[in-house]
Amino acid sequence: MTETVTYKLMLHFPKCECEKPIIYHLVKDYDLVVNIFRAKVTPEEEGFLVLDVTGTEANIQRAMDYVNTFNVQVNTTGKGVTRDKEKCTHCGYCIPYCPTKALHLSDETTRKVTYNEADCIECLACIRVCPYGACTSAF
Amino acid sequence: MKTYEQINDRIESGKAVVLTANEIMDFVDKKGLDAAAEEVDVVTTATFGPMCSSGCFLNFGHSKPKIRMSEAWIEDVLVYTGIAAVDVFLGATQLRHGDPANMYPPGDFRYGGGHVIEDLVAGKKLQLFALSYGTDEYPLRELRTYFTIDDLNQATMVNPRNCYQNYNVAINCSDKTIHTYMGRLEPNCKNANYCSAGQLSPLLNDPYYDTIGVGTRVWLAGAQGHVYAEGTQHTGACERTDAGVPTEGAGTLALTGDMKQMQPEFVRGVSFRGYGISLAVGVGVPIPILNADILKRTCVRDRDILAPVTDYSYDYPEKTGKVIAKVSYEQLRSGEIEINGKKVTVGSLSSYYKALEIANLLADEIRRGDFQLTRPIAPLPKDSIMKSMTQRGTLS
Repeated sequence: MTETVTYKLMLHFPKCECEKPIIYHLVKDYDLVVNIFRAKVTPEEEGFLVLDVTGTEANIQRAMDYVNTFNVQVNTTGKGVTRDKEKCTHCGYCIPYCPTKALHLSDETTRKVTYNEADCIECLACIRVCPYGACTSAF
Repeated sequence: MKTYEQINDRIESGKAVVLTANEIMDFVDKKGLDAAAEEVDVVTTATFGPMCSSGCFLNFGHSKPKIRMSEAWIEDVLVYTGIAAVDVFLGATQLRHGDPANMYPPGDFRYGGGHVIEDLVAGKKLQLFALSYGTDEYPLRELRTYFTIDDLNQATMVNPRNCYQNYNVAINCSDKTIHTYMGRLEPNCKNANYCSAGQLSPLLNDPYYDTIGVGTRVWLAGAQGHVYAEGTQHTGACERTDAGVPTEGAGTLALTGDMKQMQPEFVRGVSFRGYGISLAVGVGVPIPILNADILKRTCVRDRDILAPVTDYSYDYPEKTGKVIAKVSYEQLRSGEIEINGKKVTVGSLSSYYKALEIANLLADEIRRGDFQLTRPIAPLPKDSIMKSMTQRGTLS
C-alpha cells in the first residue's frame, strides 16, 4: 500500500467559485481524507477554508491540479491564524488557552514563546485573549 | 565595600563587571559571596508588563492664533487639559470616545490611551482635536491638526506606580468565567495568572530599598529615566519572608522618562477583554554592589519568592483580604500549581523574555560606559502602610 501524507491547506474561494462542491470531489474522486478546521464560505461573497488533506502524494497532486482548474487559491504556507512576531511580547499569557500547544515556550531559560502553525486547529482562543493583538485570523 | 563613585569610575573606564539578576546566583555560588562582592560592580534587574498607572505629559507648542485648550482628544482619546494652555496629560487607561466599554460584556477595548502612547513612541502621525472657550490672549476656540512626537516640545512619560515589588496570582473560584486586568479566569479555579518578573524584578532584588530610591537612574523603555518618588500604594511595611522578600504587593516606584528617547517595542498598548486598556512598559534598574549584603539579596531565586493566590471573583472585589495560598515563582513558571488538591494551569502577564532582554541591554549600556549609576537623593520608606479608603456618608 502506498504511504499516505497529510498537508494543511488554506483555500481561498473568490466570489464566483463559492457554490461548487469542490471538497466533495476531493473525497469522492481523489480518495482524500479531509479534516476541516474552519470554514467561511458564503454565496455571493468570498470564502475561506482551512483543512488537512490526507492521501497518497499522487492523489493529493491530482486533487490540487483539479482545484487549480477553478479560480481557487491554494495556500500551503500562510494559514488562517498567524502570530505577528513583532507584536508578540512573549509574556506567555496565551499558552494555557491554546488546546494543542501550538503556542508554547521554546525554552525554559529565555521563556520565548514559539508558534507552531502545523499544530494549530484554528480555535481562535489566542486571538480572543492576546492583550497585544499579536494573533490574527485571515478570515 | 565599594562606593557609587568607585563604581562609576569603573563604568567610565569601561572596566565595570556587570551581571544580570538572572546570572548572578550561579556566579556567586561559584565564586563565593565575599569574592563576588569584590569583583561585581552592578547587577541589572528588569521587568516588562502592564502598568495601568502610566501616562504622559505632552506640550504641543502654540498655534497661531493661540488656544488655551479646555477639552482635547488625541485619536479620539480624551486627554486632560486642566493644566497650561497647550500642555495635556494622556492617561494609559483612557477609553476612546464612543467605545461601548462593557455595555455588551466582555468589551473588546481595542484602542485607548495605552495605544496612543505606543503610537506616539512609534513615531506615527496622530490627530489632535481641541476645543476652548476663548480668552482675550488665547482667542482660538477650535483646532484640528496632525502631529508626530517630533513635533512636540516635550513628551514625558510618568508612571506614578511601576515595578510592583510582588503581585497577586489571580484565580476564579466562582462558577462562571470572569474577565479581569489579570486576564480571563475560567470558573472553578481552572486557571491562574501571575504578573511579575520574579527573580529578575527590580525591587525583589533590593527588598529593603538599600540602593533603589528617589533619584535612582533607571532604563525606561530605552530612555534614561529616573525614580521621582515612591510609587502610589507603596507599602514598605509588608509581610516578608525571613530573607526579607515581600510575600505581597509591597513597594512600588514612580518613574519618569523622555518618550522621545524610548524604543517602541518596550512601550505597548494593552487590551484586556472585559477590563479595559493599559500600557505595558519595559523597565531596567541597576543595583550597585556596594557590599556583600546587597549582593546576597540580588541572588534571590524564583523558588524563594512567594506570591499570594487571590480569588478575583469574590475576595479581590469585596476586599476581604483572604489569600487562598502562597506559591513560589518556580512553581508558577512550571505552568501548573496545586490549589486545594487540584491542579491549576498557570499563565503569565509579565514577559520574562522581554525582562531578560532589558536586563542584558542595560548591562551592555553600563559595560560600554553609557549608563552611570546615581545615589538616591531620598530613600523609599520601609515603614509605610497602605490605607483603605474612608467612606463617609455624611459631612460630620
